[in-house]
Amino acid sequence: MTDAALSIAADVRAGRRSARDVLEAHLAQIAARESDVHAFNLVTADDARERANEIDAAIARGDNPGPLAGVPIALKDNLCTRGVPTTCSSRILEGWRPPYDATVVQRVRNAGAVAVGKTNLDEFAMGSSTENSAFGPTRNPHDLSRVPGGSSGGSAAAVAAGFASVALGSDTGGSVRQPASLCGVVGVKPTYGAVSRYGLIAFASSLDQVGPFASSVSDAALLLEVIGGHDSCDSTSIAQPAPSLLDDLERGVEGLRIGIVTELTDTDGIQPDVKAAVETAANALTDAGAKTERVSVPSTMYGLSAYYLIAPAEASSNLARYDGVRYGLRIDGADVADMNARTREAGFGREVKRRIMLGTYALSAGYYDAFYGQAQRVRTLIIRDFEHAYEQFDVLLAATSPTVAFELGAKTTDPLTMYLNDICTIPSNLAGHAAMSIPFGTALPVDAPGGTPALPIGVQVLAPAGGEPVMFRVGRSIELAAPISSHLGGSGT
Amino acid sequence: MTVTSTHTWETVVGLEVHCELATVSKLFCGCPNEFGDEPNTHICPVCLGLPGSLPVLNERAVEYALRVAEALHLRVPARSIFSRKNYFYPDMPKDYQTSQYDEPITIDGWLDVDGVRVGITRAHLEEDTGKSLHVGGGGRIHDADHSLVDYNRAGVPLLEIVSEPDIRSAEQAKRYVDELRATLLAVGVSDVKMEEGSLRIDANVSVRPAGSAEFGTRAEIKNLNSLRSLVHAIEHETQRQSALLDSGARVVQETRHWDEDGGRTLPGRSKEEAHDYRYFPEPDLVPVAPTDEMRARVRASMPELPAARRARLIEAWDIKDDDARVLVDVAGLADYAEQAVAALKAGSAKDVANWVRQDVLGYLNDRGLSPAVLTPEMLADLVGLVADTTISRGQAKDVLAESMAEDKWPSDVVRDRGLAQVTDLAQLTAAVDAVLAVNGAAIEEYRAAPDDKVRKKKRGFLMGEVMRGLEGKGNAQILSDLLDARLA
Repeated sequence: MTDAALSIAADVRAGRRSARDVLEAHLAQIAARESDVHAFNLVTADDARERANEIDAAIARGDNPGPLAGVPIALKDNLCTRGVPTTCSSRILEGWRPPYDATVVQRVRNAGAVAVGKTNLDEFAMGSSTENSAFGPTRNPHDLSRVPGGSSGGSAAAVAAGFASVALGSDTGGSVRQPASLCGVVGVKPTYGAVSRYGLIAFASSLDQVGPFASSVSDAALLLEVIGGHDSCDSTSIAQPAPSLLDDLERGVEGLRIGIVTELTDTDGIQPDVKAAVETAANALTDAGAKTERVSVPSTMYGLSAYYLIAPAEASSNLARYDGVRYGLRIDGADVADMNARTREAGFGREVKRRIMLGTYALSAGYYDAFYGQAQRVRTLIIRDFEHAYEQFDVLLAATSPTVAFELGAKTTDPLTMYLNDICTIPSNLAGHAAMSIPFGTALPVDAPGGTPALPIGVQVLAPAGGEPVMFRVGRSIELAAPISSHLGGSGT
Repeated sequence: MTVTSTHTWETVVGLEVHCELATVSKLFCGCPNEFGDEPNTHICPVCLGLPGSLPVLNERAVEYALRVAEALHLRVPARSIFSRKNYFYPDMPKDYQTSQYDEPITIDGWLDVDGVRVGITRAHLEEDTGKSLHVGGGGRIHDADHSLVDYNRAGVPLLEIVSEPDIRSAEQAKRYVDELRATLLAVGVSDVKMEEGSLRIDANVSVRPAGSAEFGTRAEIKNLNSLRSLVHAIEHETQRQSALLDSGARVVQETRHWDEDGGRTLPGRSKEEAHDYRYFPEPDLVPVAPTDEMRARVRASMPELPAARRARLIEAWDIKDDDARVLVDVAGLADYAEQAVAALKAGSAKDVANWVRQDVLGYLNDRGLSPAVLTPEMLADLVGLVADTTISRGQAKDVLAESMAEDKWPSDVVRDRGLAQVTDLAQLTAAVDAVLAVNGAAIEEYRAAPDDKVRKKKRGFLMGEVMRGLEGKGNAQILSDLLDARLA
């Protein structure tokens, strides 16, 4: 079992454990398994020890280091950390050290957390398996022959393997929830604007959102309370303080109306065991006093197509700045344009180039309306369909990932198959809504029914913008009802 | 076959004026908006476009745009948005410019220029780029040995003011810019210094047969760094296009650069400029929706506009149109004159205007307009000394020079140098009589003069003698009257 953040923080504040001891236990876990898992691009052990000592000194002085006192945290390597290399798992950022901290990094640090390292990701968060990393793939701690999901695979694996108590990732189309599902941990995509994006290296600005990974719903709530709330450095940040989540967590689901989204649960391509898990979770919620029924949100079927126009379009612009002029990689050329081209050719991986070209095309004169414009209209339609559904339901239920973890290399040759991993998670990003994945049982993978351990399944709870408090209550109830096999942990396998 | 045209060609011009707004900080970050400092000293993660950084709109820039909207009769839609203009260029940190495209902050206004109404299509906010310095080779980006980039200017707020093609000559284009500059200066949004690049102009120029209602094909001329360049470029381009059409050729729609040294426009490198900017709404910024309260506050704080001010001064001060234009169009000059008028003890506002235009402006042009050189109150003092006949206008010029050179009140200069005119009638009468008493011969010659010429000469001699006796300080008018009375 992973060491829970709430108990670590309580113990450290009460002087029952030192932050340094907690950290050393996690560093020992890293020493034991990181060479197999490769969750990190960089382990910042020295900085972490210094920070843990500071926390302990603060405790000794009688100060309260904050709600995350002494909690080891892993940071996705697309979050800027002052003076510490931040790579996005791309060669193009080679040698770059940000001169500033992301707002979320500042907030967890101010809350007493101890950053243990920067986690691996699909290059610039483009992918669903963490195989698109310039520094090699991360492996699923539950089965090293399988992927941890992506793009925040390093963060999910770090929590699952006990390398960190909690972690931060970013979710543009499912990049927190899908790896959380595949690694058997809790992962949250907050409402767009609920968490500052300042210092999160942009993939698709209108979809990106920083979110927590944790081994329990309550730890995820704790971390989201710390990172959420208005930030004047992000114009799209909601001008409200972070909602309180922990207070109501145990209130149950009595009287709540919960809809099971047919398009995101019953569709072809979703593994039968995953469908069954959603069904079982729904039954448990009914037993706990909620009213559950099926609901159709038809336009979510077009989510994937819209997403693969909007996200690459924004990415093509966001990634233009990696031109070799100011920072990162530079490959010299005959003139400036040649230098730009050579640098980008050498610095970006295949998937990033594919999406830049896709996005550039979608925004081109004469194609804009047919592609980008049409995708935005689909987005509006999805928002309207969800609004309609939320007139009848407090939250919605769905699968997170269509399957349990798949083998490394299984989908790398066919981008479309890989893209289908996010079919259930993308609609919430397009709508700007909240969603989370909760581990719920295990299943044998369909590709290898024998000779492999059962692997985690995730169930997804979707909520309207600002619906986190209710979403977390439902998530907690699902967690309570989850089969005992859900609590796999990673460290014990 | 060569077609010899019988057309007279009419010039049609539309201008895009890029005005740097004089906000304290940049458009999307807190860096100082200042010109002329060491390269790369006013930069931060945001204006450098570092990974992960995000823009936050400077509300003062919005307020400035609203001020311009009031002055140019522009409409302010309930909402406007920023868009990204995507193209690669080393002095643009993000390789896209955050600008406004299909939903600008202001639209549909006008500016009257010498009685002609020039339509303003739009005025929109955007960020400025950095500055490149190309070293070695041909000194241009594609053939330089290397380039250096200064990002101090990156992110400085610009207001791009786009006119309708309502301008019909180079001179009118200049007058439009004059009027626009005076207006931007009056509403306090920019220092409008073309020499520092805070006002930059692109001109869209076409020609058409006089009397035609259709527009010809236009060329966009860039790199116009002064009013002189603007006028010459439009004149040259008119001739170039007219000649093309006269010879039966066609004008190609293109971007051309003004070659200052060669005095001509040259085609741009078409490869460099064949951009598809792939505009799309900027997802990092929220729509701009100025509140009624903000607009009311702006409206309440609007100063008198140049045209109104000129009309008022012409009427109230009884000055010429041209004088009013100089006073109002030169930064700070009308304020200076009005302060001097307010401090007047004797003399008229017209006197002040004349002094400012004919004398003070020259000094100030040399030394920079600063009240420290000659305060408005000191000018009022000088005008008063002439008006109450303490000194003559001729003496006053010397007094002004000394006053400025030594930072001394005109009254003090007059006192210390004993320059005050003698106007005491008894003293002047005695001086006249003393001269007449010893110049009997001259008096006789005056009276016996065969013609006016001789008479005038003799009178001049006597007057000169009287003045000499008074060390030049006698009031000329009174002396003249006294002398005439004695000689009659």
